[in-house]
Amino acid sequence: MSAGGGPDSTPGPETAGRSRAGAGANHGLAADLVTRAEYCVVAVAECFRGDGEILANPIGTIPMIGGRVARASFEPDLVMTDGEATFVSGPYPVGATDTVKVVEAWNPYRSMFDMVWSGRRHVMMGASQIDRFGNQNFAFVGSWEQPKAQLLGFRGAPGNTIQNTTSYWIPNHSPKVFVPKVDVVTGVGYDRAAALGPEASRYHEIRRVVTNLGVLDFATPDHTMRLHSVHPGVSVDEIVAATGFDLVVPDDVGETRAPTPDELELIQHVVDPHGLREQEVPTP
Amino acid sequence: MPDKRITEEDVVAELRDGMTIGVGGWGSRRKPMSLVRAIARSPLQDLTIVSYGGPDVGLLCATGKVKKVVYAFVSLDSIPLEPHFRVARQTGAVSTLELDEGMFLLGLQAAAWRVPFLPTRVGLGSDVLDRQPEIRTVVSPYDDGETFVAAPALTLDAALVHMHRGDAGGNGQYLNVDPYFDDLFCMAATRRFMSVEQVQDTDDLRSNGPVQTLKINRLMTDGIVEAPFGAHFTECVPDYPRDEVFQKEYAGSAKTTEAWGAWKAKYLDCGDHDQYRKVVGL
Repeated sequence: MSAGGGPDSTPGPETAGRSRAGAGANHGLAADLVTRAEYCVVAVAECFRGDGEILANPIGTIPMIGGRVARASFEPDLVMTDGEATFVSGPYPVGATDTVKVVEAWNPYRSMFDMVWSGRRHVMMGASQIDRFGNQNFAFVGSWEQPKAQLLGFRGAPGNTIQNTTSYWIPNHSPKVFVPKVDVVTGVGYDRAAALGPEASRYHEIRRVVTNLGVLDFATPDHTMRLHSVHPGVSVDEIVAATGFDLVVPDDVGETRAPTPDELELIQHVVDPHGLREQEVPTP
Repeated sequence: MPDKRITEEDVVAELRDGMTIGVGGWGSRRKPMSLVRAIARSPLQDLTIVSYGGPDVGLLCATGKVKKVVYAFVSLDSIPLEPHFRVARQTGAVSTLELDEGMFLLGLQAAAWRVPFLPTRVGLGSDVLDRQPEIRTVVSPYDDGETFVAAPALTLDAALVHMHRGDAGGNGQYLNVDPYFDDLFCMAATRRFMSVEQVQDTDDLRSNGPVQTLKINRLMTDGIVEAPFGAHFTECVPDYPRDEVFQKEYAGSAKTTEAWGAWKAKYLDCGDHDQYRKVVGL
């Protein structure tokens, strides 16, 4: 995949059972008719709002669904990859290998760095660990010399975070992921970026962290992580308990917005007709 | 035009203990596996492997050839984490130079251009820089005075790449969508060896694809090895896809020493690439 992305991860089996309270009713948008995964998709899509004509590079199943929904609805100028070496028009389904895609341009791996280093990209990566300033680790856990668990390596995280806009997708919001201190800093957080000074950090932006429980941002005076919204059905206390550091919680935390009828149609019938989203984030 | 055709065994004979060897391809894609297996079967040791890593790294770690891995990831694509590399790391068997993927590109490019580093913002603020004192910074001599990471040249003693087609003189052609960094690996190295699916007359190469596919020229190579299925089990489309069933078996062999012993006996100790093809049924 691209700089910063893992090599393509093949989605699992094709179908997933849906657990939708009130299924059978017309497509309404009441909370009980939208699955948790669909709120996650919309929260991901919202990360790309306002990006215009840049490369949207969401990595992971729900991120890819969200990115494609954003482009098919409110951000039509986004450029997106096929996960390998071309830019393709959409929308087309995730997990399908037989789709005929409309190729817009050639973008082999080495060209991806031209996009990243010129800042024309917004990547959404994963994180095995992340701290309150958004320092991210997915390289390994434990010691440098002999890690307890070797994970992805640094991949493109240092370059991504210092050169273009970055968001994160974390499907398992827990204190194991949201830690006081990451074992290794692969992606650069706000405290470290600030320490570099205004020149070196001028292209650094961590926009949002979307999880299975809610949405977080860094809209605080010192850029520490703040609760932006909770997905319907999740309490603020639940998110605070699942976060291993002090999260900034505003008095008026809202709920993640529901998909519009058009967005829900896109998700269910165009971009993710096989329900892969429900495997990544099962409805509790 | 010289005739540079040699065998995998000839390539191994050019290598020495302690060398720094770059391997082309990307993850589990178009890896020069017949050359990698020839090294794995040889007495070579203490190698530093520089790679956009896949089973090349895992296999050489599992056979005890590796002292150090210079990498940004080691992956089998459909199996995100290379299990043999994980074992090597988690037992402390190999040391590493941890790099960002883009620093890796700059390091190869610097070596190819014979400069000690190339400047970049990549690495600033991350532990690539902060925990590896061998990676240093440089201050811009111009009015901006900014501090950059000096991505160090990844100078190689030898490079191994696999292309789809080539000629006897060592020109090489890729036919899939991505050239990866194979030309840079060759340019960064003192000794350059390319395996190909098929050696053809130079005049026939153009009929395979547009001139842009002739990415490796003979100034970049010292030896060419004809190795049909030379990238197996990694992906080498359009000639063949990744052998996912075989890859799964390879990955599974990292689970126990018994499993690894059985895999090694069957697929490595069987002998040269021709024998391997017979055993696998290629």
